[in-house]
Amino acid sequence: MKTQCQECGAEINVLDDMMIGEILTCPDCGGDFELVSKSEAKVELKPAETVGEDWGQ
Amino acid sequence: MVEVCVVYDKVRFEEKALYDTAKKKGLKAQIIDAKKITINNASKRKTLQFGDVVLQRCISHFRGLYLSACLEFMGFMVINKFKVGETCGNKLITSLTLAKSNVPTPKTHFAFSAESAIEVINTTGFPVVLKPIIGSWGRGVFPIRDEEVANMIIEMRKENDNPLSRIYYVQEMIKRPPRDLRCIVVGDKIVAAIYRYSVENEWRTNVSRGGKAELAPITNELEDIALRAAKSVGGGILGVDLMEDEKRGLLVHEVNNTVEFRGASNVSESDIAGAMIDYALTIAKK
Repeated sequence: MKTQCQECGAEINVLDDMMIGEILTCPDCGGDFELVSKSEAKVELKPAETVGEDWGQ
Repeated sequence: MVEVCVVYDKVRFEEKALYDTAKKKGLKAQIIDAKKITINNASKRKTLQFGDVVLQRCISHFRGLYLSACLEFMGFMVINKFKVGETCGNKLITSLTLAKSNVPTPKTHFAFSAESAIEVINTTGFPVVLKPIIGSWGRGVFPIRDEEVANMIIEMRKENDNPLSRIYYVQEMIKRPPRDLRCIVVGDKIVAAIYRYSVENEWRTNVSRGGKAELAPITNELEDIALRAAKSVGGGILGVDLMEDEKRGLLVHEVNNTVEFRGASNVSESDIAGAMIDYALTIAKK
């Protein structure tokens, strides 16, 4: 499945085994997007949260 | 049938592996976005669908910590427990906890003003390491090798808006090889141990900073210290980080509450996610 980057319009490939909540990175502009939903007809992304000071292990 | 619930705020390799493994083991499994959860203090366990045991896997420390508190309030079994997350998420509390349990750990000073921090650094002597008490992936961790740099870094910390910036955690710099050890502890067992090598021109060994993973032998010394460290913070599924001091042997410098294990999975033959799910089952049945 393919969708368009919300920032630069480049094509982003969404692999079949990707799960809702995974982060995709636009190959052109480097923007990060969270996979919100996917069906055969439509893929929905939203801008991913930016890295917070308390992120990580 | 036991139902396992993985709670996330960003799906990484680890959350996928845990969810997939639970399903492969024939368990009922669900994966829930923490960002969409709301709970109130009259919420009842039976009205919320979090299964029998929750693996709290948020990448945001505070989000995961306080969500764990809410889930425990409602009677859910959460891995790891709120108290464990609270200890491990704070380096100052971790250092105190390790020392109290006689787990070998680097000597660490705590100062509560910029002036005291400078005094501690000057008295201890260079080099030292200044770390934020909350934070991960090596962010804000500075090796300090002279007074000029010490003054600059402390001044920077003093002017930061975050009040925790003014709590100073000054640790002796350990003479170690250019690597540390990450031990993945599940319950009372070590499921994998890796060396993490820092990359060129980088002193920190975090895999998130490009650190390279290599399988490490699980020696008796490593097993003893890592398990004692895990127990001291309250146990569960943990990443115990150790350094190899030239004279004193292994020293524990950190225990991670939401352990990342992608690097370890790449080099270890152990079924890390499998061991974590098996542990969750034993907790659910308690």
